[in-house]
Amino acid sequence: MTRWLPHLFVLFLASVPLWMTDNYILHILITTGIFIIAAMSLNLLLGYTGQLSLGHVAFFGIGAYASALLSLGFEAHIAPGLLVKVLPKPVWFAMLGGIASAAVCGYAIGKLAFRVRGAYFVIVSISFAEVVRLVALNWVELTQGPMALNNIPALKLGAAGLELSFLKKPMVYTLVLAVAVLSYVLIRRLVQSRAGRAMIALRENESLATSVGIDVTAYLVLATVVASAIAGAAGALYAHYVRIVDPDIFLFIYTVTMVIMVVTGGKGTLAGPIVGGVLFGLLPESLRAMAMPPEVQWIAYGVLMVLVVYFLPRGIVPAINERWGAGEATASPLRNLVVAAKARS
Amino acid sequence: MNPARDSAKPDALLSVRDLSIRFGGLTAIASMTFDANAGEIVSLIGPNGAGKTSAFNAITGYLKPTSGDVRFKDRSLLGLSSNAIAARGVVRTFQKTSVFGGRTVLDNVLMGLHLRSRQTAISILLGLTSVAREERELTDEAIEMLAFVGLVPRAHELASALPYGEQRLLGVAIALAAKPSLLLLDEPVSGLNPAEKASFMGLIRRIRARAITIVLVEHDMRTVMGVSDRVVVLNQGRIICDGAPAEVQRNPEVIKAYLGEGFARAHH
Repeated sequence: MTRWLPHLFVLFLASVPLWMTDNYILHILITTGIFIIAAMSLNLLLGYTGQLSLGHVAFFGIGAYASALLSLGFEAHIAPGLLVKVLPKPVWFAMLGGIASAAVCGYAIGKLAFRVRGAYFVIVSISFAEVVRLVALNWVELTQGPMALNNIPALKLGAAGLELSFLKKPMVYTLVLAVAVLSYVLIRRLVQSRAGRAMIALRENESLATSVGIDVTAYLVLATVVASAIAGAAGALYAHYVRIVDPDIFLFIYTVTMVIMVVTGGKGTLAGPIVGGVLFGLLPESLRAMAMPPEVQWIAYGVLMVLVVYFLPRGIVPAINERWGAGEATASPLRNLVVAAKARS
Repeated sequence: MNPARDSAKPDALLSVRDLSIRFGGLTAIASMTFDANAGEIVSLIGPNGAGKTSAFNAITGYLKPTSGDVRFKDRSLLGLSSNAIAARGVVRTFQKTSVFGGRTVLDNVLMGLHLRSRQTAISILLGLTSVAREERELTDEAIEMLAFVGLVPRAHELASALPYGEQRLLGVAIALAAKPSLLLLDEPVSGLNPAEKASFMGLIRRIRARAITIVLVEHDMRTVMGVSDRVVVLNQGRIICDGAPAEVQRNPEVIKAYLGEGFARAHH
């Protein structure tokens, strides 16, 4: 029965636009969903490889800007006398461009930054995000700087007459859910494979990992590329949903929000960022709905976060797994394989 | 009995030549030269600080030697990363208990099987059936490896929850999973009780029976003399003796520098 719970959960989420008519609630679910996708991508780095990327919002922002710029078209001098002109592209193509741009940046940063570990990696990642923010703020010709990129088109698929428009919230919600499910599946495949074991081996014991032939740097770069691409996808969704992007998208608070979602939910677990994301994504709006003064809302938010971290230091999902004995470490597919292997031997 | 052998034997699997390691003004190893032939169990012994673990670190790429060469199957290992050296077939264990503590025993061995896997990032992300098939094969191999060291009943327990002796066995299982031709064991029986040590000696012999050459660093002389074909004695970074266990036990310089008169009297 527990095997089908995730499928039932997804079916329930997919049914939401059928019975939820309140656009404000759908808006909250959409933005929460986008941040959950970003948090899942951060979890791949923080939870599975053990590297804290405090500049993760950079990949989210790069995905948003690249997708917005490709869909709007742009002209910009990338070197003295070298003008690059790009005509507006279809939104689906622009979104793929946003994902690819974030992945390429992830590859470059991964190659550079993973020569250092721990605190040095944290510093490199924060610095990268700040540099990207300053570029977005000051390269006015390309990004409009603080004036923001406006009128970003919404996603449309198909041809005239058979056009699927993602302008309305129920459709955007469905798109975000689809991207979230796809991201979850990709991350699950990765972490339950040779690559995932290599990433976990690095987190657990780097010297031992290299002694059995694991090229830890290669797997760290792979994790960064996949995490960046997924964060870029979240950024592209965000850009074509809110239809305006400014340099504030790179603010540190967004990375902090992702970290809170991952840590409270349970880093290094597949469900952790989803649980933490639902809790801390919906909480501010729930508190607002209670008509609390803003300062009380944020105090309540902080107190809940401290309580979760204090009483469940490994996060909500590991605590649930411990309580009901459904640890992901011995998750069912592997356990089934072992039982089968024992039976054969 | 040669204090140091100058030329590599043609059938030497591992050949360490004039290996020197200096940390500033401190010489950890001075012109170390020894071979390990295919199928041999060679022990490196000596007092603490003699340079045994430094030698292991240099052979396996964790430490860059100041001079000299390390050749495996007649190809130099110098300049290769630790993981590339493991891929060539040289795998080590560590002095301190070294397992992936937060994962299950089975996961630990699966991590050791990394080099056996041929999954690519694309095949993983696409969820190809070949990945699932290989995972089943790897799990079979991991179970076989756990059976070899006697840890199958612990397969689903966290590695950090195992008793000390079983963690040492798991460390060996992880190393064996990488399918080495040459296994370097760094003080594998330290901290074990006599029964566990005896059992471990049997394990070392069974590993050799799998056509795996072993280089052993160990302080427990009963284990060293019981399993080794040859013993290399280091003192203050220099090889002072290289020969069969019986010869080494009679060598006055070895007795003076390391074994002590008491050990010599007890074994003659």
